[in-house]
Amino acid sequence: MKADAIALPRFHARLWPYVAAALGVAVLISVPNFAGLYQTQLLTYGLIMAIGALGFNLLLGYTGLLSFGHSAYFGLGAYTVAFLLQWLGIRSMELYILLGLPVVAIVSALFGYVCVRHTRIFFGILTLALSQVLYSLALKFFWVSGGTDGLRVKRPTLLAGMIDFAGSGGFSRFLVAYYYYVLGVFILSTAIIWVIVHSPFGKALQAIRDNETRARFLGLRVRRFRWAAFLLSGTFTGLAGILWAPLNGLTTPDVLYWPFSGEIVFMTLLGGFRNFFGPIVGGVAFTFIKTYAVASTEYWQLLLGTVLVVLVLLLPTGIVGVLVQVARRRVPMERS
Amino acid sequence: MSLLRTVELRKRFGALNACDGVNFTVEKGEFLSLVGSNGAGKTTLVNLITAHLQPDSGQVLFEERDITGLSVSERIKAGIARSFQLVNLFDGLSVFDNVALAIFAREGKTAKIAALAANDDDVRRETREVLAEFGLAAKSELMAGELAQGERKLLDVAVAYALGPKLLFLDEPTSGVSSAEKAQIMDTVSSVVRSGAVTAVVIEHDMDVVFRYSDRIVMMHEGAFLADGPPDAIRANEAVASILLGAPSPA
Amino acid sequence: MSILVVQILNSLFYASVLFLIAAGLSLIFGVMRIVNLAHGSLFAVGAYIAAWLVGRAIAMGLPVVWLLLLMPVAALAVALLGIVIEPLLLRPFYRRAEEYQLLVTFGLLLILEDLMRLVWGGLPLTADTVMDAIPSVHIGALIYPGYNILVIGVGVAAAILLWVVIYGTKFGVLLRATSQDRRMAAALGLNVGLVYVAAFAVGCFMAGLGGAIVVPSHAAVLGMGIEALILAFVVVVVGGLGSLKGALVGALIVSFVRTAGIQFFPEIELAVLYLIAAFVLIIRPTGLFGTA
Repeated sequence: MKADAIALPRFHARLWPYVAAALGVAVLISVPNFAGLYQTQLLTYGLIMAIGALGFNLLLGYTGLLSFGHSAYFGLGAYTVAFLLQWLGIRSMELYILLGLPVVAIVSALFGYVCVRHTRIFFGILTLALSQVLYSLALKFFWVSGGTDGLRVKRPTLLAGMIDFAGSGGFSRFLVAYYYYVLGVFILSTAIIWVIVHSPFGKALQAIRDNETRARFLGLRVRRFRWAAFLLSGTFTGLAGILWAPLNGLTTPDVLYWPFSGEIVFMTLLGGFRNFFGPIVGGVAFTFIKTYAVASTEYWQLLLGTVLVVLVLLLPTGIVGVLVQVARRRVPMERS
Repeated sequence: MSLLRTVELRKRFGALNACDGVNFTVEKGEFLSLVGSNGAGKTTLVNLITAHLQPDSGQVLFEERDITGLSVSERIKAGIARSFQLVNLFDGLSVFDNVALAIFAREGKTAKIAALAANDDDVRRETREVLAEFGLAAKSELMAGELAQGERKLLDVAVAYALGPKLLFLDEPTSGVSSAEKAQIMDTVSSVVRSGAVTAVVIEHDMDVVFRYSDRIVMMHEGAFLADGPPDAIRANEAVASILLGAPSPA
Repeated sequence: MSILVVQILNSLFYASVLFLIAAGLSLIFGVMRIVNLAHGSLFAVGAYIAAWLVGRAIAMGLPVVWLLLLMPVAALAVALLGIVIEPLLLRPFYRRAEEYQLLVTFGLLLILEDLMRLVWGGLPLTADTVMDAIPSVHIGALIYPGYNILVIGVGVAAAILLWVVIYGTKFGVLLRATSQDRRMAAALGLNVGLVYVAAFAVGCFMAGLGGAIVVPSHAAVLGMGIEALILAFVVVVVGGLGSLKGALVGALIVSFVRTAGIQFFPEIELAVLYLIAAFVLIIRPTGLFGTA
């Protein structure tokens, strides 16, 4: 009897993330059936941001490093797509991803190598400065980057060119198809990051986050782990940028500008950065909130800023953090 | 062959002579207590042996191998581990994961990124064994930050032990805990030593604890050894008694 | 030759403004260990308030000399804003993780940027009259605004004044004691809370003053705060966070590099600055004169 009493709660506690995930996926798959095109498109953006935030949170929530320069990788991903189209005429989404990921990975590795030599404030400032180098390059070399006008990105072909969206009704077909495409990439990314975070590597990262000194005394090479986390983080956020460009149809320097880095931090905090699903909820929620804020008032920055301040003051654990606290009060069990 | 031997180990901090030509030996399988007043040089000695400090001169020999030039992580690999005076845990990880991580680190598995930690049965089994030995099995799913102080100290020792060292240094493992918890900690360490799994050197101030558990007591004073021997011999040593109690020897 | 002198004067002008902003940022960090992301926005608020005050003063027909006095008034207004901000938004976070402080100040930035838009609209606000009121000087064959020289004077005066206050007055001792060891200062009976508010107010005053003195030359526009913040960051990174000397030296270096950059490599002038910052951070993380 006693064995049961201990085993049962633990069984629930380990299972619920998978159950929640399965439910979530089921809901997401059915969205285009009952939501309009606009909502579907919005949700696509939301899922893209969720991938970006998940990547970002690898660094913040799991390694304890706050980067204020993640716009660099997102923007780099977006511009890579635009360049691939413009210079090489590539239209295939798969090629965008296949060729774009190494680019963001290399730059993440480079920037990361420089940044992880420092921690806390200087780390943040350094990530900010490096991202602004990219921004100023995009702005100044306007004959390459299109300057503030940006570069147009046409509708890509999906699934190795099998599906394209020319002709009438192409846009709506694209929106629906692209939603499923992004959903697929999102599910895959989430699964990969889940494994990363629950692997021995992921545990080591969290240990470094909690107690760098003790981690060193376990023989862990702290700087190397941080660098690896940075690389992975930048790559996933870059993936989000790659997915974003064809949907947005246009890549401008705004996506490299540092307030966008702030938005990435904001959405992660909104969802809760101490929980795996927090960034997902935050990414989607923020996309909707910002869209409605921008639509409803000219002063959406004021609104957003106020929400952010209130959030940090009152709800530091974010939406998911609050949900978890509520759930734990209702269902007392030992945490896993 | 002694397990550990230091040869004329010296360390000064400005005018303070923390270690004055110390020749310290530790034999395999013993439970040794390192005592002395604050500033006597105990922690400095341990720091020198575990590579948290570099000596001004002298050598550290482990199993007759010169390890003086090795780094912290290299000495851990060689078989020396320590716990800390101020508890040093990974509060955001569970008790289970704290110990498991030490084992992963020891096994060199921390680079594994494509497999779930939960799937490594060997590590999980050994973690459960260590937790059981330290009486923490029931708390294994709690966050380390949620434990009571005495349990945190136990966990700290457990994590150092899980590194599979041959020689384990414990820096004041019973400071800041109740007497019941003290007994629990020291009983566990003692039984782990008795089982032959590890040799322990404990820095302690609580003389009751020291006399009850130690095989051998070494007393430091102003960077040098004042006395070295089994508890009975130390008890009878008048010089020691005057330093410890500031009065003629007790019964 | 005259062109060279003009470029040097331009750099010094720019350095004066940057110094004020950066010194304020450094002071706040040195005493409170807070990096205020909204600091640039406070600079912008100072510019807007100064330009607005000048507009009203002209409408009321005040003599031009008085216009100059409006600059410190605008700075004072920003300091008052700081006195409101500190207990409301910053104090709750002193015990919390650094990330939260950065986030709150980022939220403040968003709020301030839009508040400026709300109050003053999207069009630039100018205060040219002040600049025109100061007679021009001749440098060789060139005519150079006398106002710029005045600004350089203000910069120098501010540097000296700050130095005197921090190293020569009792208040300065309080600031330095608190910045070195907050707990010790509190244990000695210092009202740390008051010191914090005072330090923050002084930092805000300086940012506001920077905005006020720059606006006759460069109109107040939306987004100027964000640009200024990044530059201020570069300055404190190069000079060292928490160091007055560092703010001065950093401001000079950044200004001269910027002027040279605009002259010789205009495309990548910004990038060069950021790279310098990154470079300094790599080889000397605490900056030239920084306290870690």
